[in-house]
Amino acid sequence: MTGPSPSLDAAAAPEGLGARLRERFAHAAAESTAAAALLVLFVVLSFASPHFLTADNLFNIGSQTAVIAIIAAAQTLVIITKGIDLSVGSVAALSGVIAAITVRDLGFDVWTATAVAIAVGAAAGALNGLLVAAARLPPFIATLGTMSVGRGLVFIATGAVGVYSLPESFQLIGNGEIAGIPFAILVTALVAVATGAMLSRTRFGQHVYAMGSNLEAARRAGIPVRRNLLQVYVLAGALVGLGGMIAASRVNSGQPNYGIGLELDVIAAAVIGGASLFGGQGRIAGTLIGAFLIALVRNGSVLLGIDIHFQQVIVGLIIWVAVYFDQYRRRRIEARG
Amino acid sequence: MTEPVLEARGIVKRFGHVEALRGADFTVDRGEVVALIGDNGAGKSTLIKVLSGAHQPDAGAILVGGESVRFTTPLDARRAGVETVYQDLAIADDLSVAANLYLGRELRRRGLPGRLGLLDKRAMQRGAAEALAELGVRIPRVTTPIAMLSGGQRQCVAVARAVVWATDVVILDEPTAALGVVQTERVLGVIDRARETGKSVVLVSHNMPQVLEIADRVEVMRLGRRTARFTTADATTDDLVAAMTGALVTEPEAAEGR
Repeated sequence: MTGPSPSLDAAAAPEGLGARLRERFAHAAAESTAAAALLVLFVVLSFASPHFLTADNLFNIGSQTAVIAIIAAAQTLVIITKGIDLSVGSVAALSGVIAAITVRDLGFDVWTATAVAIAVGAAAGALNGLLVAAARLPPFIATLGTMSVGRGLVFIATGAVGVYSLPESFQLIGNGEIAGIPFAILVTALVAVATGAMLSRTRFGQHVYAMGSNLEAARRAGIPVRRNLLQVYVLAGALVGLGGMIAASRVNSGQPNYGIGLELDVIAAAVIGGASLFGGQGRIAGTLIGAFLIALVRNGSVLLGIDIHFQQVIVGLIIWVAVYFDQYRRRRIEARG
Repeated sequence: MTEPVLEARGIVKRFGHVEALRGADFTVDRGEVVALIGDNGAGKSTLIKVLSGAHQPDAGAILVGGESVRFTTPLDARRAGVETVYQDLAIADDLSVAANLYLGRELRRRGLPGRLGLLDKRAMQRGAAEALAELGVRIPRVTTPIAMLSGGQRQCVAVARAVVWATDVVILDEPTAALGVVQTERVLGVIDRARETGKSVVLVSHNMPQVLEIADRVEVMRLGRRTARFTTADATTDDLVAAMTGALVTEPEAAEGR
């Protein structure tokens, strides 16, 4: 700081549309950048491959991305509170195999199984939430433990063998369609709208941002931070359970190895979409953009015949760029403040 | 004589073997700005935390409007009309100005949407804009995230929030410590407005000229007790410094003993 600057401070306000847009953009720079990248990639792929812009391919991308998008939305909730959930892959697998087992051994229908998967996810989320909010473990450690415990339970429950011999109806939520639109896409849209509205329009959502931005301030403002944290983790876990069910449904089986490394994909989606690992920032819309950006990179690589391993490299580059811009923006804002 | 709006009597607070407050007294009358000064370690911050419900005293009484009260949490103090702004800004950088003003007290929409927790953002933005205008706080827009404001503007928002919600007393712990001259003036302006609206302000400060400029009275702490009281009209910087170092004592009954 070079001391007070009266003229600047006294200036009433940078008014007008330009200033408002600048402010809006600065606050959601990562999200806007990701959206632009998504748009560019979409247009490029449309011209580059005749197979890209077809309903089949687009629905295919949508369905493939559904699970990642839903779980990334869950991850976003946690990240906004300045937390992280490393257990999503294990919990998704656990939810999926338990749902599959209830169908195979207990004769549950697909909807009951879905409810079971959501309940399993919510229970795992409650465990994470208690470890973070009550036992006060750092989220990274708490969920690292749950990740390991969850995967262990998956192997114990299945004997490390996939759960097969499921009725075809088990595929309904993952591969079914309503009026020609894949069911998984509809579920994803519903989840996105509901969690997005919760974050941006409700008191609870406001408190989630406040806790991630400044936990002490939130506590002093009388917000029940521990209860809210627990609720965030339970909600996130429930969504992960739903995602795990859709993933299992898509392959009509419970796969004990499902979701290894999934946490990295969904964290990448959230971060590319503007969620900050320092908490207080992130939107579901941005996370969806991030998830679809990654999906388009993958899909485009396949369509254009790019080496499959190169996709990982591209996604990594996108993460660097996204986080770099986020940091750059924060530094600039701090330099002004 | 009317009862003080906030009063502490004989507050004792120990941390292990350390006695931070040794029977501290403190008085705030309605509509005045009282400065609380003292050397480092004199017990100012501890006293503030007791008055704001962050610490529970081991002995002594807190009275609000003459009634004895117990603050077990900061929420109790706030319900009793005492709002505190701590040194480390208790605002959320990622939230807008309006969201910070209403943090923890968000307005919900009427009817079913409200019961579902839906926020009435327009009403909060309107309310925030009005409140800030009334207190003379100038910020670009109430929808601006706090992170985009200057340090002075942030502090003004934090102080304004306390003033808006306090029915009786606003406690400010070193509100201008990190600010430049112009920004400091703005914060002091907010304090002036608060006094004009009949609220009392407790100002913890190390800045003697500032204390004499803004406060009506000064209470001095030394070694965990109130040792001196002045009305600023009759006091000089030298008096305040003398009282802080123990050379000047106006409250003999408190200073004797240990």
